Amino acid sequence: MALTGLQIYKLLPQTNCKECGYPTCLAFAMKLAAKQAELSACPYVSEEAKAQLDAAAAPPIRLVTVQGPGHKVSVGNETVIFRHEKTFYNPPGLFVRVKDTTPITDIQKAVQEAMGYSVVYVGMILHLDGVAVEAASGNPDTFAAAVKAAREATDRPLILIASDPAVMKAGLAAADDTRPLLYAATAENWQEMAALAKGAGVPLAVRADSLDGLAELTEKVGGAGVQDIVLDPGVRDPAGTLVTLTHLRRLALKKNFRPLGFPVITFPGEGAADAIEEAQLAAEHIAKYAGFIVLDRFSPAMAYALLAWRVNIYTNPQEPIKVQPGIYEINNPKPDSPVMITTNFSITYFSVANEVDGSGLPGWLLVADAEGMSVLTAWAAGKFDAEKIAKTVKTTGIEERIAHRKLIIPGAVAVLMGEVEEELPGWQILVGPREAVDLPGYLKLWSVN
Amino acid sequence: MPVEIPVEKWPGRVLEATIGATAAEGGTRSRVVKVGGENTLPFMLTDGEMPNPPRIAMEVLDRYPEDWSPLLLEAWGDAARDPAQWAKAAEDAGADLVLLQLSLTRDGGKPTTAADARAITRAVLQATGLPIMVFGPGQVDADNELLVAVAEEAAGERIVLGICEEKNYRTIVAAALASGHLVNGRTAMDVNLAKQLNILIADMGMPLDRIIMDPTTAGLGYGIEYGYSVMERLRLAALQGDKMTQLPMLVTPGFEAWRQKESKVGEGVPASWGDWRERAILWETLTATNLLLAGANVLVLRHPETVRRVRAFIERMMAK
Ligand code: SF4
Repeated sequence: MALTGLQIYKLLPQTNCKECGYPTCLAFAMKLAAKQAELSACPYVSEEAKAQLDAAAAPPIRLVTVQGPGHKVSVGNETVIFRHEKTFYNPPGLFVRVKDTTPITDIQKAVQEAMGYSVVYVGMILHLDGVAVEAASGNPDTFAAAVKAAREATDRPLILIASDPAVMKAGLAAADDTRPLLYAATAENWQEMAALAKGAGVPLAVRADSLDGLAELTEKVGGAGVQDIVLDPGVRDPAGTLVTLTHLRRLALKKNFRPLGFPVITFPGEGAADAIEEAQLAAEHIAKYAGFIVLDRFSPAMAYALLAWRVNIYTNPQEPIKVQPGIYEINNPKPDSPVMITTNFSITYFSVANEVDGSGLPGWLLVADAEGMSVLTAWAAGKFDAEKIAKTVKTTGIEERIAHRKLIIPGAVAVLMGEVEEELPGWQILVGPREAVDLPGYLKLWSVN
Repeated sequence: MPVEIPVEKWPGRVLEATIGATAAEGGTRSRVVKVGGENTLPFMLTDGEMPNPPRIAMEVLDRYPEDWSPLLLEAWGDAARDPAQWAKAAEDAGADLVLLQLSLTRDGGKPTTAADARAITRAVLQATGLPIMVFGPGQVDADNELLVAVAEEAAGERIVLGICEEKNYRTIVAAALASGHLVNGRTAMDVNLAKQLNILIADMGMPLDRIIMDPTTAGLGYGIEYGYSVMERLRLAALQGDKMTQLPMLVTPGFEAWRQKESKVGEGVPASWGDWRERAILWETLTATNLLLAGANVLVLRHPETVRRVRAFIERMMAK
């Protein structure tokens, strides 16, 4: 949390020696608060004051990064409790757990399947983020072999799960030069775990069953030289998780409570009886404050739903995802192909474009500048009215490229038909289906005559 | 290290609305359903209380929904051919409320008449003991004609009439006032539009605890984040004490999820979308689950399996 000029002034020598280039320490403090000066300009500031000022400048939730040979995931650094207050910045990493008691070939297969998964959503390629390998065997060699198998099967980051420091050490060695998250230090093993994390320069998760215990642990491992910490408050049921993660977010952002200013790891599968329930818990964790989410189950449908939800929640509410207004050609349209119009909200555009594309039928898709709103929302807000539709038709130059004068408007704005006909003399306005999914059927029946 | 739990107490509280009336209250319902009443953010039971869990309404149509996903048609079977049977099936599937959706026309294309609407409403009221909501076809003239008749037919039952929109609310509100019902108002994903409509309805003399608001949402992957944030903002305003936002919120994740390709169809979609049935249930279930976290008080759902899933989640969230 940023300090005020007055708070900074109290930390300065208060001798007004002018060496910083400002007439008084107070003037310098004001500039510092406004981020228009660097603390290093004052040669006399004490180490203690420096540490305090640095700490105040640090983000309330520390940014923690894990890394594989090909990908990295950074979480934390969030600044708000509700996305509408500004935005959520760093989407939680979605990891899939494998256990070292599983045969190596099955581990490899599971890792390849989950990590090889990708899905296209509104023009983005989405995928899961990494693999959590658990030392269920309790045996260092078995764990090391499993970590090695996972490490070879994916270039995404790993989370190593072991409670015995000796086992963890073996797994860490097998993770090569990557930057895994070690899970977890507890009241019993924190010294050895912290030494391992510090030695390898990797982040460390801490687990305790109360916030008191958690704060105590972060102070201890922090004192042992580990800065990159991840929290597991030990709750597994959805109600307790929501409450506890909300408390953690409030403590970090509203109280600037440093000992708990770290991202949180959750295990939705441990609180769920089957895949759909696990997905419900994971969806809650995505919306409400998890940093790393370790899934126990993987299926394409579940991955798609959670990945889409993650994009939705982490979309900046101040900037709707838009596409460029203009003419979009689908399946090589000809002068006698149908002309459709929609808005430039990316989800709207992609729903329509995907349907036309998938139908195999050629078409011209006009995209109006509706400030990134969907058809109905834009219509309600006056951003997708008859005038806007006519303007889009005229300014895109579609008239020169087609041999007919028929325009299909979305069924959701059927009421605009008459007005658009008035605005576009010589055009025939057709009302298309309400939903994009019904477009292929509609287009099959379309004819230029 | 002792950590002080950051409890947040709010000055405001969501109004509690009572839907349905038992014989003792002049109706024929086997129980009433109360919604709203919380003075805390969704499920933050360490800050305040939620006297009523979020409720589940199931959609029942007055004619066979040909255009619904085959998965839904399969789940309901022949019950979907008769609103009374369907309402009974919805009750058996675990619904708290039945939402009867009237259509513009009957099978064969003849317009639905006031007499039809009365008969269908009566049949549904007889088939189920659950409190009901009745929504018109969404066309001004038809809504006004049908809902006035429905309001009279269901006098004393404390049903919810909808949907009031800015362009058409007067007749519906007047009908609800005359027969002691509640109304549902819908606005397009905007905090101020929602408030405005609530004010307009209240100005006609409708007590605030007889208004349910639908701020409109969207399906998972199709703009749900807009609806989600509007709901969070409305709920925060309510808790901060803004009277015209202190109404229970009703949303329609069933409708929103099942109109998307992800739920609706099983063919001609990318392999990466996975198993159709699993995806369809997930789509509706997660749309609903996510909206619960934003403050939904009534969820209108379509698939019995989703109802089971969402109900189980609500029970876990409300567990002390
Ligand atoms: S150099 Fe430091 S001590 Fe001197 S005036 Fe500037 S802030 Fe004050």
